[in-house]
Amino acid sequence: MGTVAYVGDDNETFAGGAAVPRVVIVDDHRLFRSGVRGELGDAVEVVGEAGDVDSAVRVIAEHGPDLVLLDVHLPGGGGVEVLRRVLARQPEVRFLALSVSDAAEDVIGVVRGGARGYVTKTISGRELADAIVRVADGDAVFSPRLAGFVLDAFAATDAPPMDPELDRLTQREREVLRLIARGYAYKEVAKELFISVKTVETHVSSVLRKLQLSNRHELSRWATARKLV
Amino acid sequence: MSDTAAAEEAPRMQRARDGRLVAGVGAGMARHLGISTTVVRLALLALGFAGIGIAVYFALVFFVPAEAAADPRERAESARRQGRDLAQLLAYLAVAGVVGMLFLVFGGLFDPLLWLIVFGAIGGAILWQQANPAQRDEWVSATSLRSRTGVLRAGAGILLIVIGVFGFLAFQQQLHEARAGLTFAVATLAGISLVAAPWIVGLVRERDRERRERIRNQERAELAAHIHDSVLHTLTLIQRRAEDPREVQRLARVQERALRGWLYQRPADAETTVKAALERVAAEVEEVHGVPIDVVCVGDGDMDDAIHAELRAAREAMVNASKYAGPETVSVYGEVEPEQVLVFVRDRGPGFDLDAVPQDRMGVRGSIVGRMERHGGSARIRTSPGEGTEVQLTMPRIKGAE
Repeated sequence: MGTVAYVGDDNETFAGGAAVPRVVIVDDHRLFRSGVRGELGDAVEVVGEAGDVDSAVRVIAEHGPDLVLLDVHLPGGGGVEVLRRVLARQPEVRFLALSVSDAAEDVIGVVRGGARGYVTKTISGRELADAIVRVADGDAVFSPRLAGFVLDAFAATDAPPMDPELDRLTQREREVLRLIARGYAYKEVAKELFISVKTVETHVSSVLRKLQLSNRHELSRWATARKLV
Repeated sequence: MSDTAAAEEAPRMQRARDGRLVAGVGAGMARHLGISTTVVRLALLALGFAGIGIAVYFALVFFVPAEAAADPRERAESARRQGRDLAQLLAYLAVAGVVGMLFLVFGGLFDPLLWLIVFGAIGGAILWQQANPAQRDEWVSATSLRSRTGVLRAGAGILLIVIGVFGFLAFQQQLHEARAGLTFAVATLAGISLVAAPWIVGLVRERDRERRERIRNQERAELAAHIHDSVLHTLTLIQRRAEDPREVQRLARVQERALRGWLYQRPADAETTVKAALERVAAEVEEVHGVPIDVVCVGDGDMDDAIHAELRAAREAMVNASKYAGPETVSVYGEVEPEQVLVFVRDRGPGFDLDAVPQDRMGVRGSIVGRMERHGGSARIRTSPGEGTEVQLTMPRIKGAE
């Protein structure tokens, strides 16, 4: 996956006063979990690991991490099921979806389920650490591919939107997404559009909110119609 | 059947499915002997008058296997041909003649006995047809039992036989003598059915289970073969090239893409849609140059000549990015709009001073800018030292392409 934008909010501290975010890794491949743990090094504190939905819910409840790295495909119902069960009880936990499958259905599914970002497993360790810090801070992480999917999902159709507030992207949001899809980092997007990085983040968060809340008929139909597994 | 094949060795006789009239015996025998179908049918008909022909025909129906079923499309095709087959029309006429002859022998249309025999014979033929070796499979399988035509056909056959048998008995005034025997027979049959039914149901279930198992095993074998040919092969290569990280990465990317395509993607034709074509171009460049290229494409549409040219320009841009921009990922973004197709190729390399490029350098000016302008599009190159390079290609879509 290309570059994930990063802007430092380095001085922030996380729950429990730690200087680095406390992370739980949920993935059914043990090899991959240890690989990620190794790559992340000191950038985060890995407090727990889980390999399926039930143990993930248990480990997250036990440790109350700042962020959960969540695999989309999991035995026992998938990442969406983890999101549903954890967010019902611990709405403060943030999720970053991480998957080897970059099919639109999966990606849109976890983001609508509550994940605040999505990156593919080919992402480099440094970029992953950046993305984790960003999501743990409450921002959204859009990889170029996710931006592309979102643009596709909100593509102009003849059908009138049911809720114009939620079912349409503003011109500015569209511009931001297109630049991200072209591989621009947040600060490059900001420079290109003559706006601040903070404004870029606001736009991305707003897109994320629309993506999660829109009941737009097209959005769900789009995912099924494409039949992308 | 061709003459050469017939000369070498007559093909095993099979009852024909295509171009058959009744059960395919005539057509099958004609193929087997390598002579005209009409001749065979006429011969059978002639023998039929002597009585022996009918017996031979039915014997062949039961003992000669039918051809394997052709696929439905082919069969529909042959069914349409059947309608125009003159030889077959003649054969039908001949059968009608035989039936007419029977009427004459039994003394006219109004002899009920004749009708009862005909009913019984047709009913029996229908049931036997369903139970013959080639069709028995279909018949017992759950799908054909549930299919309405199958049930309907069996029901019609049984009804015809019952009418025939009872009618025959009634007509001969023997029905009431036969009643005691009939009651006994029915009671016995019911008893046997009660005993045998669970066993038969068990057999059918077992057979279905075995079939499913066989299908599953086939799928597993196919999957294993695919994994062996692709993934295991690549893993072996990776182990042997372990000292060359660039090559290892290239192999892994190529294999990943192949596997992903096999697992997730519909077989999109790279020649007809923009998205598939763009992804294929990127994959090809990546394979040659070993620099990862990420493609994001929004929207999709049909290809046309101008977009072909745009993709060739995009390929050139990707090659340049791969050659000069170092090992960092190249980002490719395509956007298919109703009026135009946009392609962005972006790298994070050192960038260059566009004005410093000599006029005669072909790469950028000829292959990219020139090619786009010749086809009515435009190319814009944004670069400066230290900022990477982005090539933006815009091609209007041909009117009516959407």
